[in-house]
Amino acid sequence: MNDIALTCKNIEVDFEGFKAVGGVDLELRRGEVHFLIGPNGAGKTTLVDAVTGLVGYTGSVLKDGEELRGKKVHHIARKGIGRTFQTATVFENLTVAQNLDIAAGSGRGPWSLLRRRRALPAAVTDTMERIGLADHADTLAGILAHGQKQWLEIGMLLVGDADVLLLDEPIAGMGHDERETTGRLLHDIAAERAVAVVEHDMDFMRANASRVTVLHGGTILAAGSVDEVSADPKVQEVYLGTSDHKEAADAAAA
Amino acid sequence: MSKFLQSRLGAWTGFAAAAIGLFAVAPLIMSGFRLGLFAQFICYAIVAVGIGLAWGRGGMLTLGQGVYFGMGAYLMAMHLKMADAEFRNGPGAVPDFMELAGVRELPAYWVPFASPAFTVAAILVLPTAVAVLLGLAVFKRRVKGAYFAILSQALAGAFAIFLIGQQTLGGFNGLSYFRYFFGFAINDPVNQQMLYFIAAGVLLAVVAVSLQLRRSRYGELLVAVRDSEERVRFLGYDSANIKVVAYAVAALFASVAGALFVPVVGIISPASIGIVPSIMFILGVAIGGRGTLLGPVIGALAVAWAQTTLSEQFPSAWTYAQGLLFVVVIALLPGGISSIPALARRIRVKNRPEPVEATA
Repeated sequence: MNDIALTCKNIEVDFEGFKAVGGVDLELRRGEVHFLIGPNGAGKTTLVDAVTGLVGYTGSVLKDGEELRGKKVHHIARKGIGRTFQTATVFENLTVAQNLDIAAGSGRGPWSLLRRRRALPAAVTDTMERIGLADHADTLAGILAHGQKQWLEIGMLLVGDADVLLLDEPIAGMGHDERETTGRLLHDIAAERAVAVVEHDMDFMRANASRVTVLHGGTILAAGSVDEVSADPKVQEVYLGTSDHKEAADAAAA
Repeated sequence: MSKFLQSRLGAWTGFAAAAIGLFAVAPLIMSGFRLGLFAQFICYAIVAVGIGLAWGRGGMLTLGQGVYFGMGAYLMAMHLKMADAEFRNGPGAVPDFMELAGVRELPAYWVPFASPAFTVAAILVLPTAVAVLLGLAVFKRRVKGAYFAILSQALAGAFAIFLIGQQTLGGFNGLSYFRYFFGFAINDPVNQQMLYFIAAGVLLAVVAVSLQLRRSRYGELLVAVRDSEERVRFLGYDSANIKVVAYAVAALFASVAGALFVPVVGIISPASIGIVPSIMFILGVAIGGRGTLLGPVIGALAVAWAQTTLSEQFPSAWTYAQGLLFVVVIALLPGGISSIPALARRIRVKNRPEPVEATA
């Protein structure tokens, strides 16, 4: 299962004269965990914003052959494009089960909305199992640990049947064990979906990426497998040129 | 205890207790005059239930509920004036206040309000429809927070000013001196008690509707929109539609309350629906606790009662007391009166000696 789920062609995002993204082509395949890396301001998150309809752009985004440009945010979401945010955004005053139930229900009619939920849908209980929150069904999302919130947000996309997942820094602030769990979760869900991960963490990228695209200044600097990208002299130069020595050392060592 | 209150049985028990209190106890212990006042407070409480839904659950600070309250009130008042005129001078007669102003011909837009059925339908449909249209226009453009609050307040101000300019709606003085309410003489104490019962029944009904909405999936979705509208949109919902429903329900409740207010109080004028009354509605909800089901009811009743009692004793002191009350609640009790039990519980737990943690 390696078919293309999402095709971005020549995406340009212009913020009043400043080109945040300047002509990016990107293909996301089912079965792959595709990392988008690059220094701050490279346009990674803006690209995600464009694809999900938050900011306007020129170019074209095709999901299974259907053009998404110009559609509203919630229409794009219903086409199966799910995204997370840099800071985990869950409904803090609702329980884990309620969060997932809402995420599962964007297609519900008024009648089922106006009634009380009798039992949790099977998809919700399955997803709680999958993201490791089965014991927290009735826990308020607001008091979950930081990492658990990130998993819950990913779970909300799964239960909503998204098959293109755009995850914005899913391991930000996570400890070592949580990172490993998240890595396994990403591969688990990528089995039948296309997963794109915006990330700064090079170790995590190296351990989990099926494919890597390096963005710099709004354009693609390099793309390919982890080894191909790490060996690319342009990539090394960009990372050595940044003031972030950790990242620079990481890239150089790779 | 709180588990019991959340259960189905608990809800029924609560409603039964409230019904006994409203329908049996209150008429026994209150004089006719006090009962009339209580009916007026209940009208405010009905508005408050709607605000609790739109603001407490949906996060929309509806600072202009006077608009919908006023619509319901004026629609009802027009019918009552028409009915009175018809009773005195036959069908098509001009209401007394227009005669005094020298209007000989009944304005065309008054004519349908001779029909009780049309009036009731208008009270239910017109404000709700206005709220839906306005809500769509506002929420689709993602106007929210303080901007929405200012907009709705400006609307209340504009509506009151508009009404002052309408001579055929009584202008500054509004509409008053109603004699009959759907054929029942309003000055008869028995009928006044009936009006109280109707108001009390409507209050129970709107609380029941609000309870169902809160417990439904829609209620959860509304809280989700309040806390993180973007997240909801990125899950595939049109969040504007979700907000419009709560806003329209709040408008409907306010309209019904306004329609009951007119026969209960006997007058409606722009002074009862402008910016200041709209803030009073919000004040009651804030003081009672906007997030809970009964907080808005308790708050609205308490504020109205305090206003009446204090104004009787110290006519000029109420404004200061009102401001003080607001400051105290916001600063010390942001959850309102209805958060006191939970607060007390937390303090009790805090004062209890720490239990020794069992090692797992």
